This record gives sequence, C-alpha cells and structure tokens, in this order.
Amino acid sequence: MSAIVVRDLRKSYDGIEALRGVSFEVARGEVFGLLGPNGAGKTTAVEILEGYRSRDEGEVSVLGHDPGHAPRDLRERIGVVLQHSELSPLLTVREVHRLFAGYYERPRDVDDVIELVGLAEKRDARVRTLSGGQKRRLDLGVALVGDPDLVFLDEPTTGFDPAARRSAWEMIRSLRELGKTVLLTTHYLDEAQQLADRVAVIRAGQIVRTGAPAELVGGSRTAEIRFRRNGELVVVETDEPTRVLNELTAEALADGVELERLEVRRPTLEDVYLELVDEESAP
Amino acid sequence: MTMLLHQLSFEQRVFWRSKEAAVFVFVFPLLLYALLGSVYSDEIDGVPAADVLLAGLFGYGAANTAFAGLAIILVGRREAGTLKRLRTTPLSPATYAAAVLLSTLVIFTLQAVALLVLGGVVFDASMPANWAGFAGAIVLGVACFAGLGIGAAALIRSAEGVSAVVNVVVLPMAFLSGSFGPTRDYPSALQAVADVLPLTYFLDVVEGVYLEGDSLFAQPGALAVIVAWGVLGLAVAARRFSWMPRER
Repeated sequence: MSAIVVRDLRKSYDGIEALRGVSFEVARGEVFGLLGPNGAGKTTAVEILEGYRSRDEGEVSVLGHDPGHAPRDLRERIGVVLQHSELSPLLTVREVHRLFAGYYERPRDVDDVIELVGLAEKRDARVRTLSGGQKRRLDLGVALVGDPDLVFLDEPTTGFDPAARRSAWEMIRSLRELGKTVLLTTHYLDEAQQLADRVAVIRAGQIVRTGAPAELVGGSRTAEIRFRRNGELVVVETDEPTRVLNELTAEALADGVELERLEVRRPTLEDVYLELVDEESAP
Repeated sequence: MTMLLHQLSFEQRVFWRSKEAAVFVFVFPLLLYALLGSVYSDEIDGVPAADVLLAGLFGYGAANTAFAGLAIILVGRREAGTLKRLRTTPLSPATYAAAVLLSTLVIFTLQAVALLVLGGVVFDASMPANWAGFAGAIVLGVACFAGLGIGAAALIRSAEGVSAVVNVVVLPMAFLSGSFGPTRDYPSALQAVADVLPLTYFLDVVEGVYLEGDSLFAQPGALAVIVAWGVLGLAVAARRFSWMPRER
C-alpha cells in the first residue's frame, strides 16, 4: 500500500492555478523528492498533504486518510518540517523536545532523538542561542519525536552553507535507515539526486517527469558529439550516436584527418532538469 | 486532561522566562499602583484612595494581562509559524486554547494577590468585602478581555506592531474608565466614550464586590455589557482568526 496517493490534484488562488492536475504516488519506506523551481507549486502540494490547505479538485490519501479532515490518527503518524516555523526561543533544546513528545501517544525517547539530530551538546541551550543550521536540526528532531511513519521536509536546506547541507543530508539519509517514508521538496537538483529514491519534477503546477534520478537522464536519448574542425567547434545532436559517430569517423579516416578533441557526451541530470523546467519549452 | 496540564506547565515556563512579557504584563500594573498610591493618599469620594486605586488597577491589570498580553502572544506565535506547526501535531486546537487561557488566568490571579499584598502592606488598603465575588471577578475579567484579546489578535497583522496597537487601546481605555483615578471631572464627550467601554462596567462590578461586599451578579446590566464585549471578541475571532502566518 502506498503511503501517499495523489490523483489529479488541482488548486487555484484568486483565479491563478497553482496546481494543474498533479498525480504521484509515494511507496512506504521511500524517499520521494518533489523537485522544481520556486513558485512551481511544491509547497502548495505539500501543504495540502499536510492538511493546511484545502484542495479544489482531485483525490488525496495520506497513510490511508484524507488530510482535508486532518484527523488526529493522521497527526499522530506524520512529522513536519516547515519552511518557516519558529519554536519557543526561551525553551531549551531538551524542553522543546519534551513539549512536543507530550503531544504523542508513543513518543520516542527525547534524548535519543536529540542525539540522532546531532544536538546532544546543545541539549540545555536556549533555542534562541542556536545557529540557523542548529535550528533546522531542532525542527527535524521535533518532527521525529512522535516517531512518525511519514516525514514531510519542505526545502530542508535552503539557505544553508555547504557544510551544513552535507550534515543535513546525512540526517535525512538516516531517516531511510529508520524505515521512514519521506516526502522532500527542494529546488536543488543535487539534493534530490543525493537523497531521493524517486523524483517528480514539477513546473508551473504540473508534473513534467517522474522517475529515479538516473531514469530522468535515461529518458532522454539525445547525445552530443563534439569535435573541432579547423579550430572551430562542431556540435552534432543526435538520437543515434553510434551511426552518426561511425559516419563521421569513416569520413575523417577516408580524408586522412583527425577529429580534434572528439567527445561524445550524454546530457547530465542538470541539463535534463534545466530543459524540463525551462519556461521556453513549456508544454 | 494530561495534555492540557502539560501545555499549561510549558506556557507558564515560557511566560516567566520572557522578561519583557513578565515585566510589561505582571509588574507594570503593580508599579502603577505603587506610584499612584503614593500620590493620592487621602480619600476619593469618601473612600480611601488606596482602595479606589486598587480596584482601578485590578481592572487595568485584567485588560493588560488578558487583552494586551494574550494578543501579543498569539500574534507573535502566529507570525513566527509556531501555531501553524502545532496544527500538524495531535494537540487539539481546543486543548491549546484552553491551556493558553488557563495560563492567563494563573498570571492574573497572581497579579491580583500581589495587588492585595502591596495595598495591604504599604497603603493600608482594605481586603475584599466579598472574597468569593472578588475571585469571580478575576475569572470574569480574564474571560471578557481574553475574548477581546483573541479578537484583536485576529485583526492585527504584524508581530512588530502588536505591542503598540494594544497599548494604544488599553492605556486610553484604562484612563477613560477610571482605572487611574476618578473620571467625574472629565469632559462629557470623554465620559460618553467611557460609557461604552467594557472596563468601565468591569470596574463597577469590581468596586461592588471589593468595597461594598456585593454579589458578583448584583449589577446585571453591567455584567451583560461585559459579557457582550467578550462575545463580540470571540465572534470576530471565529470569523477572522487564522493559525497560518500572513503570506510572506
């Protein structure tokens, strides 16, 4: 059974369509990435799944519940990291975890969770003294303290320096080891690539491609053959690199010339992503 | 019930740790009582000034704690995304609201006791003539002004402006209603404004139970005005209050 099922989800604000028929499924235990540029509709989609926003049309199921009714059974089993939310700055790290642990029927051990998110040394520090990265760890700890089956992470590393991102990634990977299902939104391609089992690329309220990060590239067959002729760069794009390369090299051999700096390259995930989200190539 | 007490204990911890809130909400009415009590040492309309001022600052304290204090807390938490975050936990909105209101009641009860101690020890003020009625007035004041505080929180947009907005309401209201001394010599226009303010009627009820030993229900008209204001605040909140921060 899927942890999340979304079918033809639609949502408009003041006549502007934020989601224009979005469908995807997330399997239990899967880390699923919703990848797209700012304003693509990622947060709208996630906030509907979290129960914050109503939907105009479509079917949504989260752990077998309709999040539109936000039943308590569902709230027991999800953990949420929002883009912007502050926890009481005057409480200590341990107190905030205890506060949230008190909301759940079967919370995890507070000290274990603090250890897991790497805040053991800050256990007794007031929240307001934490750095941005540490506050984000606190958000994650608080999301995990109820021992949820499903964790929502909305742009978990936006604004982080590279070192903080690496350590956040480590933590998110550890969620997989705990058997959690994770729905992650991000506008960083490398983040989706590093963390997600599968990715849905969303652009202007529609999903334009779904698959494992490697499959997204595999889906595009185009290859580029580059070389220089008399010092000038020649680029040949083709869906049949074997045949085209054979023709080019046969010709060159017959003429007795060298194809300078010959290379055949496949588009990287970044090339594919940029092509998918490019406004000019809108569907 | 367990969750209510759990939340209440954390509400109290957060309140007393917040020096600004604790000083502004808890200490300020006591400070004003100390100052005004030192200035007016005689009688006001045949009643010891210390008693009149104690009743007045009790009323100001109720408005300051439950209206201003609560609006500041709620707007601050809403705009910081704290309320939004709580919505996806199993803590129910009703339990959360109950904990916040009980916490306000605890704070104002302690403040009322502190006013009595300060008045009794320093200014030789009277103790309440009707203790049960006085206790009832604490609950009534918190209920009415908390209703208005939640309503105000629903209307106030920014966390930066909330302190200023609520004080622009509370301080003139306290002045017009007679919290800081008799209003007998005020121009009639100002008295007309005072005649619609909830604090004016609340002070009537407080003076009744505290000085005269009246029942809390001795002035049904005044009681009705107080309750109506509280209900108005809740009605505004029911229509307009959101757990979500304004879109950034």
